[in-house]
Amino acid sequence: MTVPLRPPRESLDPRVRSWWRVHCLLWPVLLAVVLGVLGLLIRPIAWFLPLAAAVVVVGIVVALAFPAYWYRVHRWEVTDDAVYTRSGFLWQEWRAAPLSRIQTVDTTRGPLQQAFGLAALVVTTASAKGAVTVAGLDHERAAEIAERLTRATQAVPGDAT
Amino acid sequence: MTTGTTEPEGPDDGWRRLDRRTLVASAVLAVGACAAAGVPTLAGMRSADRFSFGVAAVLVAVGVFVIVGLAVAAEWVRLARTRFRVGPERVEVHSGILVRTRKGLARERVRTVEVTADPVLRLLGLASVRIGTGQKTSVTDQPLELRALRRPDAEALRRVLLDREGTIRPPHPGEGSPDEAGEGGSSPRGEETLAVLDPSWIRFAPISVLTPTLGLAAFGVLLQGADWIGLQQTVIDDAADVAIALGLVITLVLGLVVVVVVGTVASLAVFVESWWGYRLTREPGIAATGSLHVRRGLLTRRSTTLEENRLRGVAVVEPPGVALVGAARVDAVATGLSAAGEQRSDPRGLLPVAPRAVANRVVAEVLREPTAPTEAVELRAHPVAARGRRIRWASAICLVPAVVLGVVAVLAGSIAFAVLATVAAVVGLAAGIGLGRLAYRNLGHGLVGNHLVTRHGAPGRRTVALRRDGVLTWTLTQSPFQRRAGLVTLWFTTAAGDGRYGVYDVGVDEAVAFATETLGDRFTPFLSAARMAA
Repeated sequence: MTVPLRPPRESLDPRVRSWWRVHCLLWPVLLAVVLGVLGLLIRPIAWFLPLAAAVVVVGIVVALAFPAYWYRVHRWEVTDDAVYTRSGFLWQEWRAAPLSRIQTVDTTRGPLQQAFGLAALVVTTASAKGAVTVAGLDHERAAEIAERLTRATQAVPGDAT
Repeated sequence: MTTGTTEPEGPDDGWRRLDRRTLVASAVLAVGACAAAGVPTLAGMRSADRFSFGVAAVLVAVGVFVIVGLAVAAEWVRLARTRFRVGPERVEVHSGILVRTRKGLARERVRTVEVTADPVLRLLGLASVRIGTGQKTSVTDQPLELRALRRPDAEALRRVLLDREGTIRPPHPGEGSPDEAGEGGSSPRGEETLAVLDPSWIRFAPISVLTPTLGLAAFGVLLQGADWIGLQQTVIDDAADVAIALGLVITLVLGLVVVVVVGTVASLAVFVESWWGYRLTREPGIAATGSLHVRRGLLTRRSTTLEENRLRGVAVVEPPGVALVGAARVDAVATGLSAAGEQRSDPRGLLPVAPRAVANRVVAEVLREPTAPTEAVELRAHPVAARGRRIRWASAICLVPAVVLGVVAVLAGSIAFAVLATVAAVVGLAAGIGLGRLAYRNLGHGLVGNHLVTRHGAPGRRTVALRRDGVLTWTLTQSPFQRRAGLVTLWFTTAAGDGRYGVYDVGVDEAVAFATETLGDRFTPFLSAARMAA
């Protein structure tokens, strides 16, 4: 049964698909290199070689097939009163944080995200488990939203707990 | 001895020092540590036969003297270099032997003040004060600890720090209120007592995982002690002799009885140590809304204060077994009390395991409601699909021993293990189904007045009442299995306690209805157009 919540209005930056693809390939390739070297050097575990190949194939399949789906389901929106996100393809998640309860708004950029000109927007509340993250925005856009949200939350009195 | 309590450096700058008697406390602790290490050392040297007893004793005595001397000297320097001040705006502590550290807290950010006194400090009439902001967002917010002050001074400091209206002057030494942190006897003006210890509650203490754990731990301690005096092998041999003489069955039964008896005695002792002199009170007027104050402990006295405006709700916890005898524990769900592991004692406890009627009354009093929301609520049951999920999980866990035994049986080709595996499978399946059904019965959620209530768990269960305006954000999660069964889990995050509380495996429609009821226009804007029209 589908959850009767509307999808958030905005999708992520299209470049996020490339970022995901690189992610999907990078780790399997690193793992495959380790497995391959071990398989070449140590006779009794020569079967690591086909295993390495299989890992790479799985990575390629995931990289080709999934990012398009993920792009469709990962959505976000900043309304007048809240930050609203939907994420997850199999394990789905909907989150909303009211502006009045936001404590900090940060942007973070890993090395790969920098290479693609992306950034993650992290909105934290006073709860240890209440952070709302939008990973895969254009970095200038993310900075601008962070600034706007910070100004909006400063206008709200109280300590947001 | 009280002359050195404080020595202001200037006439009016308000700097104060810790109490000199802390030196005695650290000397006693050092002697105690030396005795704990020195006696086995002495015994070990003696049994090694390398030294005569006299030489060994002299060596150990010199060692003890040096260590105690060093400890006292270090403590003397620490006391000499530590000073603190309660100004109109800030609390400041300057300390450090080699590296001077200057810590300060804005007084308006002080959220918890904990006054504790271990047995040594109590004998000396001292107490430690721990001042916390209840937030761990930055390094500068670490709690300030003052060890130690005279007990009336510590108690007076607590009152001043939590006094929001500024009606209480900063205390001067020796001017504090009577010794209430120590003995819990006198009540200051206007203090309202919500609960005191009923000694008969001790009957619930042995119903705990603590009992078998402590019972088994006793064997380990026994063997370790025997090892120190070089008798471990003798003890093991003697035990083996006794076991052979008595036969396997009697030995096992006897061992079980010993574990249960020792564990019971130990858990009773732990209860008495933790909760002796327990008293839950409300102090009005210290802050705008008052504050809750828990005092307890036989050897180590603990005194924790919790501002009521930090309270987001309560958790009624019924550990395994305790639920069967109609009892429950009450924990506070309050901001700044989340990291229980950081503290020496769990500061969340508002009430030890007590009869359910008492727990309900305390919940009602603490939340200032006519009846406890956790009792008054009509919990709505969850869809039957949630039952199947729980039975499958519980059975999977309970069948692990059967699977292990089965693998052993196949590998060893043993008929005996095959029989055992079959028995384990039948018992495990029955237990799994029972537990799963219980877990389903314990699922529930509801709304009463200003509180939302959610319950889950098996074999123990936990019922949380959370203030609606204490909810920060909501989260809906759905796994592929939940999607097939038409279920979701609805989470409410809060600045207090565990950070978020879940309504597990609730029907999709009910989740939407419950979130709408609870959060109103903080949830409805996100409903789909079709749902809005309906």
